[in-house]
Amino acid sequence: MEQFLHELWIARWPLAQGLLLTVEISVASITCGTIIGLFGGIGLTYGKWFLRWPIRVLVDCIRGIPVLVLILASFYLLTFAGINLTAIESGLLALSIFCGAHMGEIIRGALQSIPPGQIDAARAIGLTFPRILAYVLLPQAMRQIMPVWINTGAELVKASTLLSVIGTGELLFRTQEIIGRNFMTLEFYGLCGILYFLVNSMIERFGKFAGQRFALQ
Amino acid sequence: MTLLSIRGLTKRFGAAEVLKGVDLEVNKGEVVSIIGASGSGKTTLLRCVNLLEDFDGGEIVLDDVAIGYVKRNGTRRRLGERELARQRAMTGMVFQSFNLFPHLTALGNVMLGLLKVRHMAKAEAKTLAMNWLSRVGLSDRAMHLPSQLSGGQQQRVAIARALAMDPKLVLLDEITSALDPELVGEVLDTIKSLAKEGTTMLIVTHEMRFARDVAHRTIFMDGGLIAEQGPSAKLFRNPGNARLKEFLKRANI
Repeated sequence: MEQFLHELWIARWPLAQGLLLTVEISVASITCGTIIGLFGGIGLTYGKWFLRWPIRVLVDCIRGIPVLVLILASFYLLTFAGINLTAIESGLLALSIFCGAHMGEIIRGALQSIPPGQIDAARAIGLTFPRILAYVLLPQAMRQIMPVWINTGAELVKASTLLSVIGTGELLFRTQEIIGRNFMTLEFYGLCGILYFLVNSMIERFGKFAGQRFALQ
Repeated sequence: MTLLSIRGLTKRFGAAEVLKGVDLEVNKGEVVSIIGASGSGKTTLLRCVNLLEDFDGGEIVLDDVAIGYVKRNGTRRRLGERELARQRAMTGMVFQSFNLFPHLTALGNVMLGLLKVRHMAKAEAKTLAMNWLSRVGLSDRAMHLPSQLSGGQQQRVAIARALAMDPKLVLLDEITSALDPELVGEVLDTIKSLAKEGTTMLIVTHEMRFARDVAHRTIFMDGGLIAEQGPSAKLFRNPGNARLKEFLKRANI
């Protein structure tokens, strides 16, 4: 135990940096992913066929590819196209696209479940479609997807561990580095697991709070 | 003075011709009710007036403005979304299923159009909205969400939401059909008081007694056409059309 605490003290900064990067990457990719998903979901629901079909194909393809493959592809394949991204950048790109595709599908589902009478009523008072989206449809859709959205956030935190394979210094990568130095495999993987658990249980708690705060009842 | 003038209105859904050339004039301050069996085209007619449905032929003129389409060099073109929205704001509509916005309070529902369509300042919009809520008897429910209101209360909020926009014409689409019987009265009383104040209304209804008591004129639609029309009192007492006679007998008035 004493030795573990000693090693932990030595490793405190790398661990903190890793944890911070994990949180940063997760927040950034869910933000970008939600924005992508908003456009995707709106396009899938209300777009004409020439908009809807390409989005449909993209979303289905991305959802069919494992996240790890997406991460490796954005890290290795883009260099062939002359685009050189750092490990963090390509990781962010992959996670944002992954999150965007899922959010697009979730937002489409939420928008389609809103009764058509809502659009009728909004039109009847003279709102244009962009305003109907902003003030009538999206507020309802976002409330509805809140629990799933939070869940996606937790999924992204877990998926961010995959970025360790391309050398992004997030929590898992840092943990592995530390273990490489002191060989305390069990202790530090255990600690790493606990940290992930804490982050995700905080997200879940926030989700419950937000769910109650924004509920329609 | 003619406010609404519909001429030769036709509308088809695929192969089914729902409106087969409807002509109708409504004067300012007049209350006109439309009765008829389901499928006779009443609701579609109302939705065409508010441009919630496209129509295929004929024209609708509201306060000297052709609604929904422009004719240029013999071709008929649908107006752009922005212009359609502007025209829709001239008519108010109340729906069978209330269609209140569930994420907004009663007050928020009434204020939305005032803020985002009429671009009022917040304080002004709030005063006007509260004013309308109290006219439908709901000033003490202003901060309630629709889910916290009864059906009758929700429908009165919907009426306030439509009327607050100061529309030239109000369309009511079977507004009591989704209500429990004991809640119908409060909604109809609200409409009666609006009629007394000279609001021009076009009412699709299954409440025959209400049509007779409130509407100056009643229209009987059958198979996508106006089969008979006349002053309500006369039409209900002395129906000429055989189908209308049968319809009224079945409606049991």
